[in-house]
Amino acid sequence: MFSSEAKKRISLVLKRYPIKSSALLPLLNLAQEEEGFVSEDSMREIAKLLDLTPPKVYEVATFYTMLNLKPIGRFHLQVCKSLMCALVGSETLLKWIDQELGIKPGETTQDNMFTLNTVECLASCGTAPMMKVNNDYFEHLTHEKVCQLFEDLRTTGKCSLATGPFRWPDPGMLR
Amino acid sequence: MAAFEKILLKNMDMPDYSGSLKDYERAGGYRAIQNALGKTKPGDLIDIVKRSGLRGRGGAGFPTGVKWGFIPQDHPGPKYLCCNADESEPGTFKDRQLIERDPHQILEGIILACYAIGARTSYIYIRGEFALGAEILEKALDEAYKVGYLGTNILGAGFDLDVYVHRGAGAYICGEETALLESLEGKRGKPRTKPPFPAIAGLYGKPTVINNVETLANIPHIVNRGPEWFMSIGSPPKSPGTRVFSLSGHIARPGNYEVPMGITIREMLEDFGGGMSDGKQLKAIIPGGASASFLTSEHLDVKLDFEGIASAGSMLGSGAITFMNEGTCMVWAAERLLEFFHHESCGKCTPCREGSMWLLQILHRMEAGHGKHEDLDLLLKLCGNIAGQTVCAFGDAEIAPIVSTLQHFRHEYEAHIRDGCCPYRTEQAELVSTGSSQRH
Repeated sequence: MFSSEAKKRISLVLKRYPIKSSALLPLLNLAQEEEGFVSEDSMREIAKLLDLTPPKVYEVATFYTMLNLKPIGRFHLQVCKSLMCALVGSETLLKWIDQELGIKPGETTQDNMFTLNTVECLASCGTAPMMKVNNDYFEHLTHEKVCQLFEDLRTTGKCSLATGPFRWPDPGMLR
Repeated sequence: MAAFEKILLKNMDMPDYSGSLKDYERAGGYRAIQNALGKTKPGDLIDIVKRSGLRGRGGAGFPTGVKWGFIPQDHPGPKYLCCNADESEPGTFKDRQLIERDPHQILEGIILACYAIGARTSYIYIRGEFALGAEILEKALDEAYKVGYLGTNILGAGFDLDVYVHRGAGAYICGEETALLESLEGKRGKPRTKPPFPAIAGLYGKPTVINNVETLANIPHIVNRGPEWFMSIGSPPKSPGTRVFSLSGHIARPGNYEVPMGITIREMLEDFGGGMSDGKQLKAIIPGGASASFLTSEHLDVKLDFEGIASAGSMLGSGAITFMNEGTCMVWAAERLLEFFHHESCGKCTPCREGSMWLLQILHRMEAGHGKHEDLDLLLKLCGNIAGQTVCAFGDAEIAPIVSTLQHFRHEYEAHIRDGCCPYRTEQAELVSTGSSQRH
């Protein structure tokens, strides 16, 4: 259910559109930001806010792959498996993750820290292999970096290896 | 190749360029709106863009000025401009860089486009995964509002404009312009049947233009330097200007490179991409993102412009070029792309929804070594039943990898069937389950 801070944001979001239902994706995204997933309760609340039926909200929510309709681990590992990443090692990256965390795509670690999914292209094809962890991109991954990433996330909840604002190649590399 | 001037990536090449309003103005930014708003008639602005020959950079390559010209000028409004920042075509990562490194260049393009077509509201539809990009755009919007480049009576020209960032939530198809509109209206992102085209009945049923990020980023430069200048760059008259090409795959230096259109694939690979990596030989090229047909090393001297790539049997698409070396299995590559297309099919049209599943099942079987000779004809027959049978271009896109690999690399399919295994993989290909739910 939405916090009072979120409710303030909702009233601003609603002003952006001439029809209420346009705020559906922004509100679903906001619900996920608040709870880590989109619960049935929040879908009902969104339906009420936007004068939609709950099934209508559910219908839309099931279309978009970023929306988790079930709770997931604290850190959502999303490994791009599209062709361009696969050419340069996304399968190896999945093996490293399995080695370090003992999870395969679709699984969550027992301590509920990490959930792993494979996803389609994240616009990071020139800097692969890569994965997205919650909102952050991690690119040019190596086994070593992956270990550091998990260690940092476990201890501090953050990792300085996150990339962006994006620019590649960086001129330093080219002389 | 000869020296040339970058247009879109020029600012970010400057040391310490942060993409802030201050930096953008210092680089000459927002001069185009100062010169155009209230001084150039909207119709004349459309004419300038028409004469520049600028074509859409999202994939389809439709002439931008012509698209703007379809908006009925006498319509009482509201009219809308949507900036398509849903960059999702596998292989493509140019818009991400333009957004995160020089957001005001895009905003200035949006302001000019809205002025030209008479839109007072614009939405930037950005793919949900670009959280950082959305944050950077929001910050740029705040800056622009503060100095009066957005809002009411912009620069005293009597022109009002509001621009909003709208985040998607993970769906490739929302890059298709009518699916984008559906999504923006709060629905599943399913493409609309056309006509009516968005210029007549688009967002909320009102006249709407949808332009790609890179397309819009070109507009301020065309306004500043004139259509003749733009028309003199690249490969005029049909492919003027530069393109930001996204290079990926088995090459030494992948990345974004802005070059004038019309250079050859060979120049792109050797002068910019640094050649193939690890001393391996080139086998296949995808010249325009996942939706474009495969080409081969025989096509290295093909020109990178709309006509050049089309006459070689593929398309320039989003400007994403993927290079694959001699060790890459073409059946596996097609299978990987079909996994993408099957996952991303919106499910509206039966030939695409069901066809992508059948095609993928055959490719899975083939790659696992259980293919049959009759599968090759079956694949082509299925592809023939999808081509042209869907409301959007997705159907034609999903068959491109199969039809083109069968055209150029049929012997690899035959080897899989004959040997009962994939000759390129030492271990059995791992079929990675997506771990996510089906969309349809």
